[in-house]
Amino acid sequence: MPIWDIIGPVMIGPSSSHTAGAVRIGRLARMCWGGELKKADIYMRGSFASTGLGHGTDKALVAGLLGYNPDDTSVRYGIDLARKAKLDYHFHVEDIEGAHPNSVRIVMSDDRRSVEVVAASIGGGAVILQQLDGFQVDITGSLPVVVIINKDVHGVVGAVSTYFAGHGVNIATMKVNRSGRGGMATMVIELDPEGARVTIDEIKAVHPAIERVIGIRGVE
Amino acid sequence: MRAIEDILKYSEEKHLTLPEAILAMDEEFSGVPEGEIRTKIFSRLKDMARSVSESEGNEAPCKFLPITGEPLRGYAERTSGGLCGQFILDASAKALEVATYNSTMGRIVAAPTAGSCGILPGLLFAWKELRADEYEDIERRLVDALIIAGAIGEVIANRATLAGADGGCQAECGAAAAMGAGSLVFLEGGTKEMVADAVALTIKSVLGLVCDPVGGLVEIPCIKRNGMLVALGALAADMALAGIKSAIPVDEVIDTMSRVGRAIPPSLRETSQGGLATTPTAKKLVGALKKRSIFEDQE
Repeated sequence: MPIWDIIGPVMIGPSSSHTAGAVRIGRLARMCWGGELKKADIYMRGSFASTGLGHGTDKALVAGLLGYNPDDTSVRYGIDLARKAKLDYHFHVEDIEGAHPNSVRIVMSDDRRSVEVVAASIGGGAVILQQLDGFQVDITGSLPVVVIINKDVHGVVGAVSTYFAGHGVNIATMKVNRSGRGGMATMVIELDPEGARVTIDEIKAVHPAIERVIGIRGVE
Repeated sequence: MRAIEDILKYSEEKHLTLPEAILAMDEEFSGVPEGEIRTKIFSRLKDMARSVSESEGNEAPCKFLPITGEPLRGYAERTSGGLCGQFILDASAKALEVATYNSTMGRIVAAPTAGSCGILPGLLFAWKELRADEYEDIERRLVDALIIAGAIGEVIANRATLAGADGGCQAECGAAAAMGAGSLVFLEGGTKEMVADAVALTIKSVLGLVCDPVGGLVEIPCIKRNGMLVALGALAADMALAGIKSAIPVDEVIDTMSRVGRAIPPSLRETSQGGLATTPTAKKLVGALKKRSIFEDQE
C-alpha cells in the first residue's frame, strides 16, 4: 500500500467499511442500472442492518445510488437528496445464511425492467459486487469492467477477445462463468483504464448470442 | 517498505533525509514519480487542516457522547495548560474534535483509519501552533512529517495490520500514535534513529489494546482514545529526543504487535462482543438507541 493510501482516503465518516464502502456500493449499483434510478429496494444484511443507523449506512448507500463520491459532504444529506431526486427508496432487513457480514442486496426497478445486485464491504472502504441478476461477478470496481451475459454457445469468448484485441484494449482479467441460469453464461472482463474506449452497443453486436452488456467505470 | 530499518539504511547509504529516502523508495515501488507523491501528501495535509478547522465549530450530535473538545479547551485556557501542558491539551482537544467530527459524518482523512483519524492532525497541528513563529517553511516541514507518518503506517500495515478487526485498537489508534510520535521527532529535529525509537516506544505501550466499540459505533471508547493517545505519542517523542532508546528494535516491536493482535480473542476485535461493549451501561445505551427506528430518516 503506498503512503497516500495510508494517509487516506479522504472520506465522510464515521466508518470506512460502513460509510465510505457503502457509498461505493451504491455507485457500483447505479452503474449496473445505467442512468438515473426511479426505485430502489435496499435489503440490509448482517452488521449493515444492525449498526447501519449509527454509521449513516442508509444515507451513504442512497448517496452512492445518486452518484455521489465517498468524500462528498452531500453524503450526510443522502436521504434528503434522494427525496429531492424523487428516488423511491425502501429499506428492508434480511437475514441470509452464509451472507457476508457487511453486505446488502439492492433491487433497482422502473416500469419496464429491474436489476438486482448483491455487494459486500470488505474493509478499509474496499467493496466487492458479488452478484448481478443472480450471476456471480465479483467486481471490485478498481478497474473498468464489462459484464457480458450471453447464451452459452461456443465462439462467444473468442469473438469478444478478438474484438478487444482489434480495438487495442488490453484485458487485465477475464472470468468466464457458465453455471448461470437458463443456459446462460457470463463474462466479466476487467480492462486497463487507459484503453477502455469501447462502446456497449459495439460489444453487443460482436456475437448474436450476446444478450446483455453492462459497462462499469471504476469507482475511486 | 517492509522495515523501518530498511528505510534508515537506505537514507544512510544514499545520503538522503528521511522523507527523501521514503519518497525515493515509494517511487521505486509504485512507479509514481516523487513529485507526484509529494503533491498527493500535500493535498492530504490540506484536507487534514480542513478537518481540524471544520471540526472546531461542529455542533452535530453524536449518538451517545456529549461534546468533549470544547470543555478541554476551556480548561486549558483557565489553568494555563492544566497538568499536561498547553501542547498536549491542544493536541488532545483537536484529536477529540476531529474524531467527533468523523462520528457525525464530517469529512476527515483516515490516518491510518477513520476510527483513529484525530490523532495525527491533533499532534501535527498543535505542533504547528506551538512552533509557528520559528520556521518560515512550516508547511513543507509538515508535508515531510506526514510522509514519515505514512511510511511508518506502511511498515505497520506490511508487518502487522491497520485494521481493528484483525489486530485490535493497537492497530488503529496505537498505530496512529506511533506515526505521530515519529513525525514529531522529525519536526523537532531529532535523528532518524530517534524517529525509530519513538515509534517503538509508543507501540510497546499500546500492545494488546482491544477494539471494543459500544454498539459497533465509532464513538465509545474511540473518540476519547483519540484524545488520550496523542499524549502517549508526544511523550514517546520527548523520550526519544532525550536520547532514551527502545531496548527492543522497532521492527521487532511491530512484529510483536502482529503476534499480539492475532492472540486477541475475536470478541475484542471490533465485534462488540466483549470489553466495554458488553458492560451494563453499554447495553442500556444501545437498547435506547435501538428503540429509535432502525433507519431514522425513513417514516
